[in-house]
Amino acid sequence: MSVASDTDSTPQRGGIMRLWYDSEARQVIIQIFTIAVLFALVFYLVRNAVINLDAIGKSLGFDFLFQPANYDINQSFLEYDSRSSNLKAAIVGLLNTFLVAGLGIFIATIVGFVMGVLRLSKNFLMNRLVYCYVEAMRNVPVLLWILLVHGFIVVNMPGPRQALGLGESFFFSNRGINMPSPLPEPLFWATAITFILGVIGAIVFKRYAKKIQDETGKILPVLYVSFGLIVVLPVIVYFITGAPLNWETPAMQGFNFQGGYVVKPELIALTLALALYTSAFIAETVRSGILAVNYGQTEAAGALGLRNNRTLQLVVIPQAMRVIVPPLTSQYLNLTKNSSLAIAIGYMDITATLGGITLNQTGREMECMILVMAIYLCISLAVSSFMNWYNNRIKLIER
Amino acid sequence: MSDAKSYEPGQHPSLPPPKNLVGWQRWVWDNLFGTVSNTVLTLLSVYLLYLIIPGMLDYFVLDAVISANSRAECAELGKGACWAFIGDRFQVFIYGFYPAELRWRPNLAFVLLFVALAPVLYDNIPFRKYGLMFSLAFPIIAGVLMVGGVFGLEPVDTRLFGGVLLTIVIGVTGITFSLPLGILLALGRYSNLPAIKIVCTVFIEFIRGVPLITLLFVASTMLSYFLPPGTSFDLLLRVLIMVTLFASAYMAEVIRGGLQSLPKGQFEAADAMGLKYWQTMRLIVLPQALKISIPGIVNTFIGLYKDTTLVIVIGMLDVLGVAKSAVSDPVWNGLSVEIYVFVAGFFFICCFGMSRYSMYLEKKLHTGHKR
Repeated sequence: MSVASDTDSTPQRGGIMRLWYDSEARQVIIQIFTIAVLFALVFYLVRNAVINLDAIGKSLGFDFLFQPANYDINQSFLEYDSRSSNLKAAIVGLLNTFLVAGLGIFIATIVGFVMGVLRLSKNFLMNRLVYCYVEAMRNVPVLLWILLVHGFIVVNMPGPRQALGLGESFFFSNRGINMPSPLPEPLFWATAITFILGVIGAIVFKRYAKKIQDETGKILPVLYVSFGLIVVLPVIVYFITGAPLNWETPAMQGFNFQGGYVVKPELIALTLALALYTSAFIAETVRSGILAVNYGQTEAAGALGLRNNRTLQLVVIPQAMRVIVPPLTSQYLNLTKNSSLAIAIGYMDITATLGGITLNQTGREMECMILVMAIYLCISLAVSSFMNWYNNRIKLIER
Repeated sequence: MSDAKSYEPGQHPSLPPPKNLVGWQRWVWDNLFGTVSNTVLTLLSVYLLYLIIPGMLDYFVLDAVISANSRAECAELGKGACWAFIGDRFQVFIYGFYPAELRWRPNLAFVLLFVALAPVLYDNIPFRKYGLMFSLAFPIIAGVLMVGGVFGLEPVDTRLFGGVLLTIVIGVTGITFSLPLGILLALGRYSNLPAIKIVCTVFIEFIRGVPLITLLFVASTMLSYFLPPGTSFDLLLRVLIMVTLFASAYMAEVIRGGLQSLPKGQFEAADAMGLKYWQTMRLIVLPQALKISIPGIVNTFIGLYKDTTLVIVIGMLDVLGVAKSAVSDPVWNGLSVEIYVFVAGFFFICCFGMSRYSMYLEKKLHTGHKR
């Protein structure tokens, strides 16, 4: 009866208000309203932009990308000079971003995992030391670390003439690190090919060993065989072919070093600061990941007769990785995005080339910023989809 | 037999534990030298400490020069760090270029900040209700005090803001406004309405996908194109809006984590009680979700506070900006390490304090339902 009286009473609230009291209709109304407001806002902003651009006689267009850039980039993987196009400058910048992000992620991961494990150590002193390191690193802005390291190298390191040498081939000075560059002779390809074959062989052998273990329970010595294939074999080939690799060592000529590779202070400062800053966050992630594995798992592994290292390798780490990977992904992304701070010390990454000098010289704020943002968005999406794939692969498969 | 008393079975009083299981010797054994690897780690740490501590102490404290008039004079007085510079520039570090005769206004605002913070941070202070009202009104009061232009206060150009003052203005504004905005975004992303969900998700993912620096560039170079012709507004205000939007996207993700960890039964129970959507959220869902996400929220605050340094890239002089421009001062040439270490100390105290407070809060709100 009450249902009937409800349907009787609602129409009395009258016409259009009836829709508002129907929860489904209300949801539709709210959504239509939201979208309408959003479209109105976008329309308004775009209209303003069109009027404003018209007023100063600018038009949108990307032809500036193919005009000469007219500026130099001091570190480049590609052949680049000031007559190259803005597009090429942007690509060089993008490659520099990748270089810093890649190096940074590599160092941050290693340092972060080591610190995370040491933070859990029972040793009181080591524990406290790592705690101080982590807190000092992550409570100070990364930009400050970048400037501090850069300032230290440029101001406090000795000049090239008094450079600190490591043997006769590595030199540390306020112009960066000078190191030998390899000069391969023709026969060197044999070593390179052996190395690649060795890696492939190791992967195949690992699969084979897993198959054997699944079928018979026999454990093959994967580590030794891989080491032999990847390291020993290429070394043997290298010496058989007569050591066909020379090194060009840097030497002092005039006021600076000639020959060899130079790692610029900007690259060192940026990589080191980003990597150490991020490593503090990774250390905390690793620590909480390992702590999240129930101690019963370790005890159970012990009861099954696994040794300590096997317990770590087969029981603790695989389970800890499930907790570690999602926050690790966001740390990698943070590092990549933070690499845009390069602009503060004049390292030419994508933000400093396309979003910095090109923007200022051509006055194309709109196009440059849209491109830079789109590039960072693509990198973010690519990295997070790769890590999601990895995460899905290692996650717990429940019944 | 003479000195050994005999007891009935089970009546023997408890003996003290063996000497080698208690006391500092045992602690040292357990924590420093128990196993081979432990001993190696101890020796390694002692060596590291030996490398770091004496050198640092000499350079930054013992051999340091506290007062001098120039870098050259510093170098004559001692071979350690030259702190004289900090004293020389202290006012700029704190206020930027805020007019000297008006500095009582930021000072007053700073004192009021603590008055406004107290009722928010601690719940056992008297008259907390009125205190919270004051806290709500504080952003407006502080804004009026600093910028002026009304009530007979002399207007101050925001381009004169700098140093610690600017850092705190951006940090406090971002923190204050990003939390409510983040809550709304998180609720939007968690909502059942597809249109609202999509809009919030796209916004959050876009902001999280680009570096803050590009957003600041947008604020400084591009934003004026999207305003009605002839209008423009203050650069500081544009930066504040961008920083708030940026932090709110991260905040939304943290709070969404809290929302997702609530069991579905809570929502269903609220529905069964006949609560409407906003009542459910206000009374049931958010109190629990926010409590769970406190560590994440404070981490976002700390991140935001550190990110305020990025404004130096668009030419604003916050505390790091003052430091950076000071490094290139010819009279004090070559002091980058001292200056940056000083600024690092400032940030460390602020951020470490925040993280300690979050631990206190977690402990206080921990009601025994931890899973």
